[in-house]
Amino acid sequence: MAEPGRLTREDVAHVAALARLHLSDAELDLFTGQLAEVLDHASDVASLDLAGVAPTAHAMAVTNVLRPDEVRPGLDRDEVLGQAPSVEDHRFRVPRIPGEAP
Amino acid sequence: MKPGWEMVIGLEVHCELKTATKLFCGCPNMFGDEANTNVCPVCLGLPGSLPVLNQKAVELAMAIGTALNCEILPSTFHRKNYFYPDQAKDYQISQYDEPINVNGHLDLPDGSRVGIERAHMEEDTGKTSHAGSSGRIHGSDYSLVDYNRSGVPLVEIVSAPDMRSSAQARAYAGELRAVLVASGASDGKMEEGSMRVDANVSVRRSVDDPFGTRCEIKNLNSVRSLGRAIEYEADRQIALIEAGEVVVQQTRHWDEDAGRTVTLRSKEDAYDYRYFLEPDLVPLVPDAEWIDAVADTLGMMPAVRRARLVRLLEESGGASESQLDQVATVVDLRLDDLVVSAVAGGVSSGLALARTANEAANDADAARRLDPAAYLALLTMEAAGTVSATQAKAVLADLLVRGGGDPAAMAKAKGFEAMSEDSLASTVAEVVVAHPDEWGRYCEGGEKGDKLAGFFTGLVMKATRGQANGKAVATELQRLRGG
Repeated sequence: MAEPGRLTREDVAHVAALARLHLSDAELDLFTGQLAEVLDHASDVASLDLAGVAPTAHAMAVTNVLRPDEVRPGLDRDEVLGQAPSVEDHRFRVPRIPGEAP
Repeated sequence: MKPGWEMVIGLEVHCELKTATKLFCGCPNMFGDEANTNVCPVCLGLPGSLPVLNQKAVELAMAIGTALNCEILPSTFHRKNYFYPDQAKDYQISQYDEPINVNGHLDLPDGSRVGIERAHMEEDTGKTSHAGSSGRIHGSDYSLVDYNRSGVPLVEIVSAPDMRSSAQARAYAGELRAVLVASGASDGKMEEGSMRVDANVSVRRSVDDPFGTRCEIKNLNSVRSLGRAIEYEADRQIALIEAGEVVVQQTRHWDEDAGRTVTLRSKEDAYDYRYFLEPDLVPLVPDAEWIDAVADTLGMMPAVRRARLVRLLEESGGASESQLDQVATVVDLRLDDLVVSAVAGGVSSGLALARTANEAANDADAARRLDPAAYLALLTMEAAGTVSATQAKAVLADLLVRGGGDPAAMAKAKGFEAMSEDSLASTVAEVVVAHPDEWGRYCEGGEKGDKLAGFFTGLVMKATRGQANGKAVATELQRLRGG
């Protein structure tokens, strides 16, 4: 039985399914342990008294990083499509997608 | 809508911003280019690439917020993770719990107000087409992806569930489109997908009941589809409830040809997006000075433009119901400046509005480019009787084709000249003599008799091929009748 709030094997299976990763039982056990340790480490923050501390959105205290709305040359299409495993009609050909875009 | 029921509607509108480049890279934001020609490492999600926010896109988002009476707040960007190839990165960068615009409203022409919950920035997805046996989504063998649209800047405008009829939802979509165009943020072209509407629909028996379970409808490609889909969906939900069943929360797809909505996915399949802060982007914190500078660039909103025309009509006696329709048409087509400048030049508001709504509106693109001075000159000629209404319309058609010119010279070239009083009088006399019975009834007067003035005017117009001035004919008929 997992500790309350601790990452479970089911959580890892769910996240793997979302990413379309097929994990074996052994891999699920391995990653559940590893990921739980990472999250335990991160959750140490929860033991601190953070009342009055504003949430941090970025590691650096920087805002409004912007660029002008000017066109810059992109990549050559043949070069781009040359990297793809499958191409048809100048488009990336991908496996059939069940359902519609989210 | 079935009696005894009320529908509750909220709309989510995705609006593509009219920028030169994409939201996070310098690739052109261009509809209709050859597939995969406007792509770079950022919008293809290649390793090591970094997004940088487009300043113009931010300013257009703030313009939309200002136009929709929103609070403009400090905001952040999140990654919305999902497994679908329309984003090469496998996530979409979007604003989540801290959107740039919140708590606004849009006032509709009928006087109702619809709340705006939020209007946030996000990037558009690539375009997938589904090839294979049927060409439809289900049953296709594989998909093809064009990333030209991937990363195009969008603002998603989420209304409150404030609408209560399909007509009101259509009015909201129309007014929002006009506001987006007026604010300079969008070209508002639903047919090119630069404005896309999803509808959340639920039903309830009484205004005192809590909201029912809602369904979201996608694939609405026109304001007309929006109205049809909402009506269909409300009827479907009512039939379910009346049959003792329950409405299941789900996303449904509008099938325009079949005229119905079909299940796309249920709540159980709802995506688990695992939002987290985009670590490659920093917070956006516009100061008051920047917000004000953007507000100063905003053009006049449609509601203000309509009020401006109505005021002109009221100054010369009032606005009829049909004139209010003309006002709506003229403002919708952004031709109101033509009316205002003609009235400022001394033309009556009624004539300027009628010619603009009825004739100039037939080629609105050309009319928006028309030289206002030439338009004023033509309407002045018509008002003075130098050309008849029929002739004025013919000259206007030429003006629109050429974009301007000298209407007097164009009228002359067409052989349009005011008929002399003598020649007009003799034509009227000929027509009268040829129709003694009608003339007798006209002379008896009264409501029936007076109506025959139109009959005679029509004959004179026919005989003169539109060259006669209608007002002059009416005057001559009255003179012959003896006042």
